[in-house]
Amino acid sequence: MTQTFLLDGREVPFRDGQTIMEAAAAAGVYIPHLCHHPEFKPHGSCKLCTVDIDGRRGAACTNRAVAGVRVQSETAELNADRLTLVQMLFVEGNHICPSCEKSGNCQLQAVAYRLGMTTPHFSHFYPLRDVDASHPDVLLERNRCILCELCVRASRDADGKNVFAVGGRGIRARLIVNAASGRLADTDLAADDRAVQVCPTGALLRKRQGFAVPIGRRLFDLQPIDAVGPGQESGGEG
Amino acid sequence: MAQQDNSPPDCDLAAIVARHGGDSHNLVQILRCVQERCGTLPARAIDELARRLGLPRVRVEAAASFYHFFHAESHGAYEVLFCDNIIDEFHGRAELMQYFCERLWLEVGKVSEDGLVYVNTTSDIGLADQAPAALINGYLVPSLDKARIDLIAEMVRQRRPLAQWPSLLFDVADNVRQPGPLLADGYTPGEALHAALALGPEGVLEELARADLRGRGGAGFRTALKWSSCRRAPGGAHYVVCNADEGEPGTFKDRVLLQRHADLVFDGMTLCAHVIGARQGFLYLRGEYRHLLEHLEAVLARRRAQGLLGRGIMGRAGFDFDIAIHLGAGAYICGEESALIESLEGKPGKPRNRPPYPNTEGYRGQPTVVNNVETFACAARIALLGGEWFVGLGTGQSTGTKLLSVSGDCKRPGIYEYPFGVPVRQVLHDCGAADAQAVQVGGPSGTLVSWREFDRRIAFEDVPGAGAFMVFSRERDMFEVARNFSHFFARESCGFCTPCRVGTSLLRQTMDKLAAGKGSAYDMDIMKQLMHILKTMSHCGLGHTAANPIVEAMADFPEAFERRLKALDFEPAFDLDGALQTARLITGRDDAWAHIVAAAECDDRGACALPPSSDSP
Ligand SMILES: Cc1cc2nc3c(=O)[nH]c(=O)nc-3n(C[C@H](O)[C@H](O)[C@H](O)COP(=O)(O)O)c2cc1C
Ligand code: SF4
Ligand code: SF4
Ligand code: FES
Repeated sequence: MTQTFLLDGREVPFRDGQTIMEAAAAAGVYIPHLCHHPEFKPHGSCKLCTVDIDGRRGAACTNRAVAGVRVQSETAELNADRLTLVQMLFVEGNHICPSCEKSGNCQLQAVAYRLGMTTPHFSHFYPLRDVDASHPDVLLERNRCILCELCVRASRDADGKNVFAVGGRGIRARLIVNAASGRLADTDLAADDRAVQVCPTGALLRKRQGFAVPIGRRLFDLQPIDAVGPGQESGGEG
Repeated sequence: MAQQDNSPPDCDLAAIVARHGGDSHNLVQILRCVQERCGTLPARAIDELARRLGLPRVRVEAAASFYHFFHAESHGAYEVLFCDNIIDEFHGRAELMQYFCERLWLEVGKVSEDGLVYVNTTSDIGLADQAPAALINGYLVPSLDKARIDLIAEMVRQRRPLAQWPSLLFDVADNVRQPGPLLADGYTPGEALHAALALGPEGVLEELARADLRGRGGAGFRTALKWSSCRRAPGGAHYVVCNADEGEPGTFKDRVLLQRHADLVFDGMTLCAHVIGARQGFLYLRGEYRHLLEHLEAVLARRRAQGLLGRGIMGRAGFDFDIAIHLGAGAYICGEESALIESLEGKPGKPRNRPPYPNTEGYRGQPTVVNNVETFACAARIALLGGEWFVGLGTGQSTGTKLLSVSGDCKRPGIYEYPFGVPVRQVLHDCGAADAQAVQVGGPSGTLVSWREFDRRIAFEDVPGAGAFMVFSRERDMFEVARNFSHFFARESCGFCTPCRVGTSLLRQTMDKLAAGKGSAYDMDIMKQLMHILKTMSHCGLGHTAANPIVEAMADFPEAFERRLKALDFEPAFDLDGALQTARLITGRDDAWAHIVAAAECDDRGACALPPSSDSP
């Protein structure tokens, strides 16, 4: 017998051990997310996927589905709070969408559109962050990093390399790389590593691919993020 | 490089790694040891540790860059960190620190030019009853005043090693003002353990359940439930962890318990091991309590010699248990139990996703009991005196007694033990606080109790908390209290989740904007919005409570905030006219045209009153 739970009033089946996010994706329901990717271990840090589970809030990507619970996701209140989180991510870094190579393929931008973001709402932090252009094939643009640790997980679990980690703490947390010099060029990162492909923003970019697809014809220019299948959101980099 | 030659003689990484069993789980302990012996954690040390421990370099660097007390650059021979909890602030921390800097020509946050001294601030160090206080080379220095600063400056100038400084500088008082049954003297080491062995594991659990003991670390979880679920949980090994991180500003009772009643605490841990079947225990001691290390190691050694630890405890074949002390390295978040376990495993202290909880998957993924120091002490007393005795104290939902760490504006700061249910007013009376306008109970993440509510009681069902009791007299500015706490949370956020990492910084920024007289009602709304996001979307308790002190102060002392609002709608944080100041200085101009017209001088259609054209150059 399949077990089910209610997601926005609709019955969603799930297998034992599946998270709410996984069960929703299998049923074709989109829950906003940034640090989640179906191929990698759930992380639970961006909190964009926060849903209401029987009156208590929790992250859909880390909370297991439980038979019979009522989960709310597409409510005005939750989407308003998700929008606030996205605005917080925008002011925390330095984002320059109109001139960013990732524009149109960027999940941060796409989810901001979906949530109806029109202003950053908060004062910008304008942090000073290092750009690392040392690697022959990959650019690390920390100004755009949202610390989702997808590259950390992909490098460790898919590429078997441990190129990345988050160092520091609090608002000073930053992406660090596996080299005494601190330079990407001195790591064993390769251009076609999964770590480079899964970055949801323009923080990790392949060099010499700039504007190969013109803005306006990119992944999220053609369809909103909730119409792109799970795990396909970073397809634009491919 | 020259640095290699300057390394102190016992700065031998190979030896330090070997002493920790070459085990990467001990990375934080190893880093601490290297930092303490070598003075820094330079890139080459990170390289070598990674190689020796077989870890990716990034993992070592991630841990080394997470903790406040680790640093890659030298902090000189003397690192002086002034505690900037609000109690210290109200007792003149800023003036004393400036005085110290002037005496030695120092700049805050920088090593002196001769490479001798480094001065900065640090979060609460567990000495609120002896404020203002500092941490010098990792050791507590209480009750600072100008005379003591002079003495310290003199020691530094003479380049005397810390061991030769007058010991009175490091004399930390216990200040036990009102002992009760928990703090009673005359305890014989092993007494409670003996009683527990007679009761057997199930018998101990019954007494704890009868006593209705609830955790003293803040959350008040029922100890019998925690222990019995851990006992039942399958696993290759079970662990006992004593949480002595005590990072909540204003709390210091665990320091006193460990100083005066270590055997009671260790007996509590050992009888817990008996109940859950653990062979290994850890005391996670906050780095700020480094001064207790030798004392506690000596107690453990004595207990081993007495047969109270080690193999065949109290003659029982098969009852094997030992306790290792892990020192923290400056991170309030490591008091959160899953972050603490991450730290015990050698990683940055970031809270895990829960469930699973530690009692089923804790240290190394095995069933683990984590309890506060005071909880273990209570458990030992209950094993000895019975659950019935314990329920006889306190209230319906809060049995037993509670240690309060009293500090701030009162005549007799220190430790007070009361049965649960004591009214705030009574504590104020006993500690000699005649003029209080508010008490922060349970620290910044606790509850602000204003003078209107002094009849409220200290109990899980009314005002809960780990026991911090910070008194603020009528002359104190409650806005500054809230602003200080906003800085605390922003500094201590681990940075894992978006709401807290960004939200605590936004709160701090907004409170600073108000303090600068640039706030408006709009900013008050922003703070309320941030509170909602923090409370409902954060990953752990730090984020959940980070906005509480601000929101409660706003509700209880609105005038302290309103006084600071410049306008009732919106006021930009960015001062356009101020930004032109450099340009005015360069051009030597200060005429009206060299200034931005304030919005107030414009009418509602946007037409602004410009200065007459004759002024233009
Ligand atoms: C941010 C944060 C800091 C904490 N700090 C401490 C602490 O310093 N000491 C402590 O015993 N518990 C602390 N706790 C609570 C622990 O997570 C845990 O609940 C407690 O150690 C359990 O012990 P108890 O049941 O005996 O209270 C903290 C919790 C949070 C969220
Ligand atoms: S570089 Fe990209 S994938 Fe890595 S943490 Fe930053 S945003 Fe995430
Ligand atoms: S709430 Fe704060 S301290 Fe807790 S996990 Fe999130 S960032 Fe870290
Ligand atoms: S997608 Fe769930 S927390 Fe980021």
